[in-house]
Amino acid sequence: MRLSCPLCGPRDRREFYYYGSDDYLNRPAPDAQPEAWDDYLHLRDNPAGELKDLWYHELGCGQWLRVTRNTVTHEVLQTELVADRKVIRR
Amino acid sequence: MRIGGKGLIDRTKPVKFLFDGRAYGGYRGDTLASALLANDVRLMGRSFKYHRPRGVLTAGSEEPNALVEIIGTKNQTPNVRATVQEVFEGLNARSQNRWPSLRFDALGINDAVSPFLSAGFYYKTFMWPRAFWERIYEPLIRRAAGLGSLSGRHDEGLYEKAYAFCDLLVIGSGPTGLMAALTAARSGADVILADEEARLGGRVLADDIMVGGKPGSDWVAEVKAELTALPNVRIMTRTTVTGAYDHGTYGALERVGLHLRARANLPRECFWRIVAKRAILASGALERGIAFPMNDRPGIMMAGALRSYLNIYGVAPAKRVTIFANNDSARASARAMIKAGVTVAAIIDSRADAPMEDGTIVHAGAQVTTTRGRLALREITVRKGGEDILIETDCLGVSGGWNPTLHLTCHMNGRPSWCEERAAFVPQPGAVPGLFAAGAANGTFSTHGCLAAGHAAALAALSDLELRPASVMLPEAEDAPYRIAALWAVAGKGRAWLDLGNDVTTKDVALSAQENFSSVEHMKRYTTQGMAPDQGKSSNVAALAVLADATGRSIPETGTTTYRPPFVPVSIAALGAGGRGTGFAPQRFLTSDQASRDRGAPMIEAGLWYRPSYFPKPGEATWRESCDREVMMVRETVGVADVSTLGKIDIQGADAARFLDFVYSNMFSTLPVGRVRYGLMLREDGFVLDDGTTARLGEQRYLMTTTTAAAGLVMRHLDFVHQAFCADWQVRFISVTEAWAQFAVAGPQARVLLNSMLDEPVDLPFMGCAPLRIGGVEGRIFRISFSGEEGYEVAVPTRYGEALFRDLVARAETIGGGPYGMEALNVLRIEKGFITHAEIHGRVTAFDIGMNKMISAKKDCIGKAGALRPGLVGPEREQMVGLRVSGDKGLVAGAHLFTHGDAISRVASQGYVTSVCWSPMLNQWLGLGFLKNGRARHGEKVRLVDHMRDVDLICEVCDPVFHDPNGEKLRA
Amino acid sequence: MRYSGLKVITEGLFGNKGWKPAWRNPEPKATYDAIIIGGGGHGLSTAYYLAKNYGLGNIAVLEKGYLGSGNIGRNTTIVRANYFIPGNSEFYSHSLKLWESLEGKLNYNVMHSQRGQVVLFHSDGQRDLAARRGNAIVNQGDDAEFMSREDLREEFPYLDYEQTRFPIYGGLMQRRAGTARHDAVAWGYARAADQLGVDLIQNCEVTGIDTEGGKVVGVQTTRGVIKAAKVGIVVAGRSSQVAAMAGMKLPIESHVMQAFVTEGLKPIIDSVISFGMGHFYISQSDKGGLVFGGDLDFYASYAARGNLPMLEHVMEAGMTLMPMIGRAKILRTWGGIMDMTPDGSPIIDKTHIDGLFLDAGWNYGGFKAVPASGWCMAHLMATGQRHEVAARFRLDRFRLGQIIDEEGTGSQHNLH
Repeated sequence: MRLSCPLCGPRDRREFYYYGSDDYLNRPAPDAQPEAWDDYLHLRDNPAGELKDLWYHELGCGQWLRVTRNTVTHEVLQTELVADRKVIRR
Repeated sequence: MRIGGKGLIDRTKPVKFLFDGRAYGGYRGDTLASALLANDVRLMGRSFKYHRPRGVLTAGSEEPNALVEIIGTKNQTPNVRATVQEVFEGLNARSQNRWPSLRFDALGINDAVSPFLSAGFYYKTFMWPRAFWERIYEPLIRRAAGLGSLSGRHDEGLYEKAYAFCDLLVIGSGPTGLMAALTAARSGADVILADEEARLGGRVLADDIMVGGKPGSDWVAEVKAELTALPNVRIMTRTTVTGAYDHGTYGALERVGLHLRARANLPRECFWRIVAKRAILASGALERGIAFPMNDRPGIMMAGALRSYLNIYGVAPAKRVTIFANNDSARASARAMIKAGVTVAAIIDSRADAPMEDGTIVHAGAQVTTTRGRLALREITVRKGGEDILIETDCLGVSGGWNPTLHLTCHMNGRPSWCEERAAFVPQPGAVPGLFAAGAANGTFSTHGCLAAGHAAALAALSDLELRPASVMLPEAEDAPYRIAALWAVAGKGRAWLDLGNDVTTKDVALSAQENFSSVEHMKRYTTQGMAPDQGKSSNVAALAVLADATGRSIPETGTTTYRPPFVPVSIAALGAGGRGTGFAPQRFLTSDQASRDRGAPMIEAGLWYRPSYFPKPGEATWRESCDREVMMVRETVGVADVSTLGKIDIQGADAARFLDFVYSNMFSTLPVGRVRYGLMLREDGFVLDDGTTARLGEQRYLMTTTTAAAGLVMRHLDFVHQAFCADWQVRFISVTEAWAQFAVAGPQARVLLNSMLDEPVDLPFMGCAPLRIGGVEGRIFRISFSGEEGYEVAVPTRYGEALFRDLVARAETIGGGPYGMEALNVLRIEKGFITHAEIHGRVTAFDIGMNKMISAKKDCIGKAGALRPGLVGPEREQMVGLRVSGDKGLVAGAHLFTHGDAISRVASQGYVTSVCWSPMLNQWLGLGFLKNGRARHGEKVRLVDHMRDVDLICEVCDPVFHDPNGEKLRA
Repeated sequence: MRYSGLKVITEGLFGNKGWKPAWRNPEPKATYDAIIIGGGGHGLSTAYYLAKNYGLGNIAVLEKGYLGSGNIGRNTTIVRANYFIPGNSEFYSHSLKLWESLEGKLNYNVMHSQRGQVVLFHSDGQRDLAARRGNAIVNQGDDAEFMSREDLREEFPYLDYEQTRFPIYGGLMQRRAGTARHDAVAWGYARAADQLGVDLIQNCEVTGIDTEGGKVVGVQTTRGVIKAAKVGIVVAGRSSQVAAMAGMKLPIESHVMQAFVTEGLKPIIDSVISFGMGHFYISQSDKGGLVFGGDLDFYASYAARGNLPMLEHVMEAGMTLMPMIGRAKILRTWGGIMDMTPDGSPIIDKTHIDGLFLDAGWNYGGFKAVPASGWCMAHLMATGQRHEVAARFRLDRFRLGQIIDEEGTGSQHNLH
């Protein structure tokens, strides 16, 4: 399994650490209801198909990537830097 | 017997080898199977379940019968295919799964009682009496089952792993693969050509095919010479591509030294990870059998294998051969045998319209209905038009047709499709992205078809690779059509084997259908069809055809089981190469490592690091004596410890303070420059992630310290928080753990020791930090303490670490101090009530450790909302407490705590102990632990129970800070 | 038909012609009292205990493929009760007790074999944690004992006690732990449930869950609409998809976990052995194959197949721990789809829809749980009350922070 790091190019999966769905990017406001935090921390769409998830190029550039991937075929459709997102204010 | 003038073995290189203790001769280039056949040895194994005598069935890695143990000087290798193992001088092979001998096997009794051992019989019995299962039935079954045996000794062999990268991986070097490799290589692609066999050529050699008007072996030699000369080609023989994985990754096993006499530095095998932009599967096809009654005797083999043995090894397996087939391909075997001077008794062709054959009797529309011969085939019965014909024969070459070797195309869940015309499954295009099946692997069986398919597949790959194809001429070759009329099983008295490896017969498949195990997966799992070492390579398709018949469905409706990696069994040692001994994980050494070892300190694993346990002095008999002395040394004079394993992260930028406020639960923006603060870090779910001290080195610069265990985790966490939530903040950070060597200098004489080395005396308040010059080296000093004594940590660039440690220790010793190790460090911190990951073990909250107030109310931080959840606070939670008891009986970590007088049960458990020590200072046992509502229970006597080490005692609950609760010593 | 040794002999004498189907192939009825979605181990045991313990006769199990086609047939077959967090302790303890009488109850030899399992530890800290675990197990009423390095050397002489990267300090042994024949568990429950009148309907995929006024009324399937007032979702591996049909989002992420088996070998590894410093656990099946596994591949996946990094890691762990297995050859590798929850523990609970129940989130520990999971799910479906040994497996525990986290790794699904 290989992922293409936007900074480093195609690299073996061994270089990456996996976190989970990119839901982890959508941190609720500090005063959000418990349900919003529950949703953020625990609940997942968990699709059998296209998923955006988070990978850390730990043995490379130290960048977190958002990868668009098919969870059934493992096809990788897109990789982008998490830091390149339009920054969401906490 | 050996046939003169045939074969590619090197007759100038005779070798001697042993089989079951008897010496035989062969030639270099022989496999064990070919050499044994040349010596007229036909009995090579015993079957798995019925222990029936078995001979070799095939000439390749798909062999189900001829599995042997190879005996080395130090170890043995079980389940080696005699058809793959090449002979070398001194090779020592032994038959397996038999006792006392191959010719007489006591468990042959199983064959006599086979009616009671039908598919799945064991699910229906051995249930009574219950205790008999583990004691009697199961041990008997286990002893009878299994095939070869491991020695139980460590495998000391050398194994390797490697990566390779290419534009095009060509799997298989028959006509398709050679043509594909040649086309791609001439066009400039980086090509890897891998073949399982020792020689390139595949069926070109095995079938002795004419290519381009010359003998196939000449054509192969020419192509090989050209490929070998090209710098962009890597030829890998004896290399089986074992699996297709994601994104163009393939696993491959190279038999580096298995065909040679063992040498010290000769690897046995190498497991390759090949990353290929494109791949061509040119793996050919595997011949399949026909399930006729008693079709398992030694001497019954694949018709194609007869040609392989003759043309590659110059061996005829018998004197009088018969052929039984349902397709044209087996005719070539008959012709080759006759040409080699072997008698062909008859060709039995199940097709009513079977073509005739010059000079050979052909029984068209006939079937073999039974066979005879105990340890070797002697005679067969053929039924033709209601009439039985007896044929004396010592070899029966069978061909039930050909299955494309499409396994790799299914490794990523692809399903093959059924082709009625070929009576076979063919690969689903695109099932593995970037992999194209071509030639026989794709159902094209003529040589011309294969050459053309290999060429075309290479052109397609070149186009994907954007390489301009060079011109390649297709050589001329036969282009015979493949004619077959499916025949899977022959009815009749007696058992008809499908899976020879697991002794599965047509009756077993029928029984599974009768019992409604009628899905193909149920049938497989109930009968064990296809689960033997050959994974049903020559039997799965026939088995599902028999199942389809039994259940009244078509073959496509019945479906197939899944082909999974590896294509051939791969040794654990090859896949795990490098893991042996200390190779399993990296080793991290402190700069003081050698200095500690010089002083006799036992080094212990701390994560990936090695740290000194204690520093024994002459006369100290136990670790405790050393530890107690080191503890008192720190409390009374001064001790030096290497603390460089702690994670260090240099954080800089205009928003550094703001960032730390966000990742720590407490405030860091208010920390003055030149000061250090203890910080508590939470996970987003509110539990404690880590703790440590962070120093403010400048207005926009901090140095964070993490625990040893969490150094990597915290770095990853910081990167995430920054990039995900505040990428626009002006903050950057980097791990500097390995850039600095850092030493704790602790004890009442710490300042004296340091002042003896420094140009200017130390003048730091508690929790202060400053730059430092020591022996001309720029460093840092922090006044922090993990022992409760006046303590400093001195940091210098790593390259000065060892020198500084040696100097510090030497000077400490002149004033009654010295080095201390992990054991003393642990005692000192327990006495002071400081936590480690023994306490913050991932299920602990700030509330539990009495630090809820450190979650600042003034700001948001990671984990703040999570920590407010009702389950994370409250009296029902176990809170950290101190525990103490006087006397000899020690506390033990891992023990559970109970209210005095309660019965011992899970429900009654009030908590547990996390850390314990003997305190030489307080002369009692101390512990840290967690107790329900513990902070309200100081002074209570609780019962500590440890069933594991038989400890049961009463101890007192107290505040976790045992030593200097007001911190007077720290601030001295 | 009752199975026995005598029956095997009499049938053998008469050509094995008399064996009856292990279960029927019924056509789905229009209405059932209860429907179990999922014909895996947990679904089949739920159906069996609903019929057996609560006398429900009119039950259907709907299976989209063949019975036992999920993780019940893809695991490493280990049965143990060595958990230490309340919630898990009592549940797995109950399950182990059910295992111990399973064959007699089902009249099916599932080859449950109490060969023992030892979990090795490799540092003082790990030893203390193992002690805490062992004490929790004994407090629960189950068995656990410490084995010293010397004890281990005697019983498992082939471990590498000298050169390994992480020295073996000792082990925590549970003698009542062991293995079972995984497929047979599904078949045994299926046959027993069928004999109690449960309709096992294969090749019947549920495509929708019908509700009216907050109550479940039935399901849509590839074989038509089937009505029922009680529906249990027992489809670990596909829980998120089926729950989504009822508008639910679950605290589950699906991951692939690989397992491995070698060619058959004569008996050499008697107990289940777990390495404490890498992801590696091994046993030897009655057929002779070494069966072993590791950890997740760590990325979300429904592919039921894995990749080389974890496979190689597991083999490397094997080589550092017991290099004598080096010459054994991996015959087959496969993957299962794991319902990973944020605390590594399962869910057996009601849902926001009346009559709709959920049994999910088995992470990679579902096999040993099969008997108790069915037992407790049946209790929940029949009585509407959580069974006392599964009372903590609540769906809302994550929101409330009442988590059951054996690993202590927190709310990251793949770390459990």
